[in-house]
Amino acid sequence: MGVIENVSRWILGREAPEEELEREHLERLQPKDQLMPTWEEGEEGGKMVLSMGPQHPSTHGVLRLELEMEGERVLKITPDVGYLHTGIEKTFETLRYDQGTALTPRIDYLSPMNNTWCFIMAVEKLLEITPPPRAEYVRVILGELTRINSHLVWLATHALDIGAMSVFLYCFREREMILDIYEMVSGARMMDSYYRAGGLAWDIPPGFIEAVQAILDILPARIDEYESLLTRNPIWMERTQNVGAISAEKALALSATGPALRATGVPWDLRKTMPYSVYEAFDFEIPVGSRGDVYDRYLVRMEEMRQSLRIIEQGIRVIPRGPFRIDNHKIAPPPKEEIYLSMEALIHHFKLWTEGFRVPPGEAYAAIESPRGELGFYVVSDGSAKPCRVHVRGPSFINLQLIGPMSEGGLVADLVAVIASLDPVLGEVDR
Amino acid sequence: MLGEMLRGLGTTFKHIFKKPVTISYPDVKRPVFERFRGRHELKRHPNGLERCIGCSLCSAACPADAIYVVPAENNNEVRFSPGERYAEVYEINMIRCIFCGFCEEACPVDAIVLEHNYEISSYSREAMIYTKEMLLVPPPPGAQDVPQRGFAPPPQFMPSPSSHPNRVEGPPPGGRITTYVAADEETTDYVRANLMDADRDNKIDDEDYR
Repeated sequence: MGVIENVSRWILGREAPEEELEREHLERLQPKDQLMPTWEEGEEGGKMVLSMGPQHPSTHGVLRLELEMEGERVLKITPDVGYLHTGIEKTFETLRYDQGTALTPRIDYLSPMNNTWCFIMAVEKLLEITPPPRAEYVRVILGELTRINSHLVWLATHALDIGAMSVFLYCFREREMILDIYEMVSGARMMDSYYRAGGLAWDIPPGFIEAVQAILDILPARIDEYESLLTRNPIWMERTQNVGAISAEKALALSATGPALRATGVPWDLRKTMPYSVYEAFDFEIPVGSRGDVYDRYLVRMEEMRQSLRIIEQGIRVIPRGPFRIDNHKIAPPPKEEIYLSMEALIHHFKLWTEGFRVPPGEAYAAIESPRGELGFYVVSDGSAKPCRVHVRGPSFINLQLIGPMSEGGLVADLVAVIASLDPVLGEVDR
Repeated sequence: MLGEMLRGLGTTFKHIFKKPVTISYPDVKRPVFERFRGRHELKRHPNGLERCIGCSLCSAACPADAIYVVPAENNNEVRFSPGERYAEVYEINMIRCIFCGFCEEACPVDAIVLEHNYEISSYSREAMIYTKEMLLVPPPPGAQDVPQRGFAPPPQFMPSPSSHPNRVEGPPPGGRITTYVAADEETTDYVRANLMDADRDNKIDDEDYR
């Protein structure tokens, strides 16, 4: 019976009355212009509005892009962010400075140590303290490991988006070694809270140098392996070369930083241009591209991994001996063994863990070169133990502006490559 | 062009002969590092008394506000910990907990320790609120469970048995007091001479904290 009905409807071009009623009812409920995709009759054919994301595997998180399309061509991109908004900047205001280090790794969860480093640098500026050299060197080594860690995830997902599955698996294999080092030094694989105001939470454990050396021994050959899979691969080149290109002027005008800017040929890297910590003591180079397309951003990041390895190699040779944390027990808690023996230490310990440390009133901005660009923390203190305001300059958020100029006018398939090459972390975009 | 593709294929082909890097998890468990922060445990003294003195410092340090402590007084008839106070209620909301380890760092008596167990899933939210009974480790062999009777000496300077860098390892510096002993003459003299006057060097300036 049902078959005959269907056939008759197909021949006669008519719908059954019940279904017609139902359709009319649905149309009344949902006005036509709110249905997606919407077609608009233009002069040169139909325009379609397509919602890409928030649950799309190639948007690297919960990013939603509203695409205005004509066929396969993207005419206009409107990013819609906020799906991962956690209110983390506001949460900083309810926690003490020392507790804030538990929040920072959660902003950009692919480079957790860098966020804490930046926050701590701003707090140290307000406190007018300098961490001991040993802490600075360990921070640099771990910071560069974090850069490699983040770039490995970028390469893995970038290749996966374009269809290279093996690279994804190989990158995560190597990332595991870096996460092991995180676990070794801090006890957590991602949410480390290892950097503290005035130094580090604990000294580096025995076996740390050897574990880092193992990475230095293995990784260069593995990076060559990724390159053997991708760099001269005709499919990869076809998908990335001259895709999502942007000029240096445009990138600078949109305040892009990080590999997205360096791929256009601007050698702007905070480690060189505004040196912080002990980066001046290291010998390394800033790779730059020339055309500013997806392929250049790929090459820049691959070279950055090699340069990071160079920094780490220099770093582990010269980690100075000495304290890993400043000796001021008004800011850094005294060592645990001291509080068993000294009443002063016990009082400092209780004061610090109940009231925290007071930070002089004022404001400070600290910026570091995170794997994505300039990561900045702007901290305002009112003199109490809790920050008055914390603002994060997330490079992912600002670099996301480039997505329009990069891929408007291109194909929707190229947009996937462009998003991956910008490497946004939505935790940092939405905060 | 074909050569480049064959080169890529060669790289993937090489991996057929390599040992897999994955482990089959529920059967094989990955060892964790010493500093790993997993499920909390409340430790005991060698004589079976609880280490926790109910000072709530862990609760104050917790950025996630996950720890709830209600202290109570010990007496010589019903004794849970050496010294005056113990934690009558000690609860950790494991859904709120972010495993930052601040409670362990804050604990002045090394009572709460984040150990290496990471299998803490559950089917209900209620079961994720860990009570004191769940967190407290069983008494060491031969030791009596709490509550105990009788007078316990005031808390001494005892190293925790753990090897965590944050925890005390071996004898405290100076090596004067190494084991858990009842307050003998030597200890008492040492405490009188060195520790009774908390601010003997005037190092602590309370104005700094106001």
